[in-house]
Amino acid sequence: MNIDKRIADDLVANDISFVTTVPCKQLAGVIEEIDQRDDIFHIPANKEDEGMGLCAGAWMGGKRPAIIMQNTAIGVTINTLATLIQYYRMPLPMLISYRGELREPVACQVEMALHTKALLAQLNIPTYHFHQQSDVAEFDTILKYTFMCNKPVAILTDATFWGGYGEQ
Amino acid sequence: MIRSEILTEIAPILRDQLVVCNIGIPSQELHAIDDQPSNFYMLGTMGLASSIGLGLALAQPKPVIVIDGDGSVLTNLGTLPTIGNNAPANYILMIIDNGSYGSTGDQPTYTGKKTCLAGMARAAGCDNVVEVRDLDTGAALQQALAAQQATVLVVKCDSGNAKMPVITMDPVEIRARFMQAVARR
Repeated sequence: MNIDKRIADDLVANDISFVTTVPCKQLAGVIEEIDQRDDIFHIPANKEDEGMGLCAGAWMGGKRPAIIMQNTAIGVTINTLATLIQYYRMPLPMLISYRGELREPVACQVEMALHTKALLAQLNIPTYHFHQQSDVAEFDTILKYTFMCNKPVAILTDATFWGGYGEQ
Repeated sequence: MIRSEILTEIAPILRDQLVVCNIGIPSQELHAIDDQPSNFYMLGTMGLASSIGLGLALAQPKPVIVIDGDGSVLTNLGTLPTIGNNAPANYILMIIDNGSYGSTGDQPTYTGKKTCLAGMARAAGCDNVVEVRDLDTGAALQQALAAQQATVLVVKCDSGNAKMPVITMDPVEIRARFMQAVARR
């Protein structure tokens, strides 16, 4: 199964046509896939809170948005999640590479991994964790849930899900 | 002129447009001067007005005017390259540059010293950057609307705030009536 293609297919099937990204090497394949899709306008952001602003505007303009980012961005975006996305009650699927989990080669990544789920729980953000490749089967349902409840929703995707880093 | 005097002068131009307004006193002033369903007031999240407006302009064809401030642009400088490389023709970013953080007590920002936002916008790839004095704001804004090309308008003005009430409208109501205005127009 090509999970990059599967994720992009699910985005398109759910009418998500505006995607902003801040890259992570785990996400390189899915970002490349999205960039090639005619049905998706891909706008790279320089910082994740900026990306969430873009998504908020796109949604108010009638497009369904999504953001693709690394879990370190939770540390960057707490204020934006609380005072923009949640306060104005906006839907935002967040496809997040969960760095610092098993098979992680960079020790510093573990530091934010330790806080990731606790911060999301503190923010009352519905959170799903993709560990096995087969977990991608729920992505479509999670997207539908996000636009049903108008909330930010986190999908954490770890190294095992993406097939490791190739060096292990 | 201070910001509230500029907003009072350009209110007749703004009232027919989709407006995304910066956090704090700018939104309070616009709300008090001429509240419109087509105004999106930011109640929090300093720095993101330009990004919200860009997403809105990319998602639909009507003109979008963002009322931003020098302090808020400085806190989200990554917005300028994103605007420079992506802004559609219906996007106008108007930065009221009074060289100070107005909502927090008029502490000076660096644009009142050596930093030039117009130069930074140009260096970021924004093709159409106009810097004007406060008195010329209305004419410059009308020109930007007529030009139908992405514009960054830097308005140099005096520091100071009008005493206006805090916005007590529910954020979901602000957002819902704004989305209705977007769909209606």
